[in-house]
Parts: sequence; C-alpha cells; structure tokens
Amino acid sequence: MLQNLTYMVPLIDIRHLTVGYDENIILTDVSLTIHNSDFIGVIGPNGGGKTTLLKALLGLLKPLHGEVIFHDCMTEGNHHRIGYLPQINNIDRKFPISVSEVVNSGLMSKKQIIKRYDPKDLAFAAELMNQMGIYEIRNKAIGELSGGQIQRALLCRALVNQPKLLVLDEPNTYVDNRFEKELYEKLRKLNEEIAILLVSHDLGTISTYVKSIACVNHSLHYHPGNKITPELMEAYECPIQIISHGKIPHTVLNQHEQ
Amino acid sequence: MENLMSLLAMNFFRNALLASLLASITCGIIGTYIVSRRIVFISGGITHASFGGIGMGYYLGFDPILGAVMFGIFSALGIEFFTRKADLREDSAIAMLWALGMALGIIFIFLTPGYAPNLMSYLFGNILTVSLTDLVLLSGLTLVIASFFLLFYRMILFISFDEEFALTNNTPVRLFNMILICLVALTIVLNIRVVGIILVMSLLTIPQAISNLFTRYFHKMIYLSIFFGFVGSMAGLIFSYLYDIPSGAAIIFSLVLMYGVVKMYFVAHKAMAQ
Repeated sequence: MLQNLTYMVPLIDIRHLTVGYDENIILTDVSLTIHNSDFIGVIGPNGGGKTTLLKALLGLLKPLHGEVIFHDCMTEGNHHRIGYLPQINNIDRKFPISVSEVVNSGLMSKKQIIKRYDPKDLAFAAELMNQMGIYEIRNKAIGELSGGQIQRALLCRALVNQPKLLVLDEPNTYVDNRFEKELYEKLRKLNEEIAILLVSHDLGTISTYVKSIACVNHSLHYHPGNKITPELMEAYECPIQIISHGKIPHTVLNQHEQ
Repeated sequence: MENLMSLLAMNFFRNALLASLLASITCGIIGTYIVSRRIVFISGGITHASFGGIGMGYYLGFDPILGAVMFGIFSALGIEFFTRKADLREDSAIAMLWALGMALGIIFIFLTPGYAPNLMSYLFGNILTVSLTDLVLLSGLTLVIASFFLLFYRMILFISFDEEFALTNNTPVRLFNMILICLVALTIVLNIRVVGIILVMSLLTIPQAISNLFTRYFHKMIYLSIFFGFVGSMAGLIFSYLYDIPSGAAIIFSLVLMYGVVKMYFVAHKAMAQ
C-alpha cells in the first residue's frame, strides 16, 4: 500500500528517441523520464534540438527511432494532457482574435467541434484569466496587447485544459523583467500540482527555479538534483561553450554528473 | 433617379444585384479567412491556375467555368500537398503554378479553332451577363460556406490562429485545411464571372482591408467585409451603367475609393484628436 504513495510517478518515458526532419537528424538516442513533480529546465545551444525535443514530445514530429510513451494518467479521451506554451514569435500578433478566444482555444480537444463550451470550463478559463491579471482585457484583440500580456494569455490557454505537464518554449523572450519574475514565481506555484518542462536560454534565472537540468545538444545529458553548486553553474554554461569550442562541453557535463 | 428605377425593373440588372450580394457574402467570409491567415498569395496562385481550366473548356467544348473549378480545386490541393511533402519553397511553388495555369490557358485558347467568345468576360468579368446557372452555383456555394463557418466557426478560428497548437490538441487540422482551401478555390472560380480572373483577388482583400480599419475581431471582420463588399459592388454597378464602363473594373475602383475615403477619415480623426 505504502508503495502506491511513492512521491515520484512517471508521466512520460522518452526511450532512445531519434528525431529529425527528413535526412537531417537533430536528436540522437535521447532518453528521459518525466515525473509528476518534475521541474526540468532544458538548456542548450540554438540548433541543438531543444525545440525538436518539444515537438517530438507534443507529437508534432514522428520519431525516426525510439518512442515516447505516455502513461495512463497522461491520456484523457483522444489527447495527451500536455499544456503547451509556444515561442511568442510563432504567434501572428495581427491576427483578429480576442484574448478570451485565445484562452478558450485551449479547450478545443474536449470534443467541442460543434458543441457549445461547458459552463464549468468557461468558469475555469475566467478564473485563470483573473489569476493572470488579464480578465479585464479579455475582450481586447491580441494586437493591442504587450508581449507580457500575450504570454499571459498563452499561458492561460496552455493551462485551461488542466494538463498534467506544462511545456514552455522560451517563455522569457520579448517580455519585460517584471513579468519574467512573476512568470517564474507562477511556475513554481504551479509545480506544486503539475510537472513542468521549461526550455530556456537564460541559464542564470532558470537555475534558481528548476529542480533538474537537461542539456540538449544533439544528445541529452540529464542532471538530476536541485542543488545549484558553483560546479553545476559551470555546467549550465555548456551551451555557450559548445558554440565556441565544438565538442568539448560533453566531457565537461560528464564530469559534473559524477 | 428615374434612370435607376427603370434599371431596377430590368431582369439582367436584378440578376446582377443578386450576383453582387452572393459575391459579397462568399468573398466576405473567405476573404477574411485568407487575409487573417496570410494566404493571399496562395489564393492568387489558385486564381491564375484556374485560367488553364477555362482554356481547356474552350478547347474541349465544355463550360469553361467547369474547367476552372477542376483546375482551381486541383491546384489548391496541390499547393496544400506540395508545401507539406515536397522540399519546395512555398512561394516558388505557387509562382510556378500561377504561371503554368496562365500558360496552359493561353495554349488551349490558341489551339481552339475560331474566335473564343466571352474570353474577355473571364479575364475582366461581367456581372451584367451572369447566367441563371452562375446564380444557382453561387447560391449553393454561399449556403455551403455560410453553414460551414457557422457550424465550425471556433475550429476555423483556432486552427487559423495557431495551427501548431491545434495539432497538439489532436484536432483534425489537415482535414479542415483541405476543406477550407477547396472552399477558397470554389469562391475564386465562381466569382470569376462577377469581376474576372484579374480582379477577383481584390474582392477578397479590399473589403477586409476596409473592415480592418474598424475592427480587430474575426467575426466582425466577416460581417463588415460583406457589407463593404456589397456597397462597393452596388456603387460599381451604378458607375458602370452610368458611364458605360466594364462592371468588374468599376466595382474594384469603387472599393479602392471607399478604402481611401475611410482611411482618410481615420487619419483626419486621429490628427484632430491630438
């Protein structure tokens, strides 16, 4: 009985995953298990495969080898319980759509192609917007908002379907410092309930919030533990070193893993 | 005024009125989709590719609009397929299709013995000669598009706004994209009779540009585009009658004029406010 109360429940198993576009392989033999209480920071150089990893996880890219296994608790109906916050520059800010429409679009998978929204879902969406401080501007078009406000709307959209895992792709680009801090505090609070996978290039800031680090550069090096030691801080700099010094950093990472 | 009243009594003019109403509705809805999703260039490709079908109709002796429908749908699905599967730059692919359609049309018409009647009406449109068949087809299309957008409004909006996010939610994005691009093709082809191949794109974009000055919401853009499209077509029709100029060109001219007036009003309004 007691074993059922184990703190760490696996949500997703990534096993020997190789992904890429056509012949261009971006990630090779990546394995990672995401647990219910994880807060994983994904770091690595540009072009190293951070976004590719997310796309494989979200089912946007089919694996060439290996698999992504979703445990039962991660599936609901026909979709996986992942909330996704894309990079803000994936969004067309001139698109004619209101804040509440953006947020409610997170409810799409609930088989509501024709049906009206469940009032409970709408109430939850309103509650979320209220928490994020965008309820007052819910009827504004997104073209009228600041970068931070759009991020808030997108975060509400990612959360409105009550996911078990929240995936964020560079949420700190194009937002002001105040919102950035607020966002991380919000994520820390959310992490009490759900798992978080955060892709970021801003190593300094995320290191104080995440519980573990995954360094992605064509392969994946996982650093468990949440203690931020000077040695580990050095390891975070791996992506920067990779840009300037080629293959050296993998050795560095291995050393820190010991 | 007397002039206009006697005009209304005429059968061809009532047909033209109905045609401009149907054109405004179909182009208002589909144009809003095209503009919001930034696929105006794709629509341009489909438009010009359909000229190949018109030429084929002339050559093989069937209704050129039928040929245009075939070429339009085929090129729409082709663009949808190739940009996804083949490693081809989307704009290059479209430009190629654009030119190929025109070239095929020219070759077919050149090969057709004798004179090609009504060719000008396909290039520049003539709303005053729309046939009953044209009106029936356009009514059917209006019905299909209006009900499709009413039923699936949210889905269309969300997929257009962020296709990738829609995919992560396991929504039938591909299916919707395919249906929508076919509706775009049909709208273009059936409105060729009204304003012609060369001008049909403006009927899909100028009313939206005017609406965009007033609103930033998808559904309001649709309603306003239908309204401005209809006002523009009406004005164009009257111009064309009074000054004996081609109706398609007159309609587009009125629409651009309307855009200019509204835009100037907003600029002046802003300047006054400061």
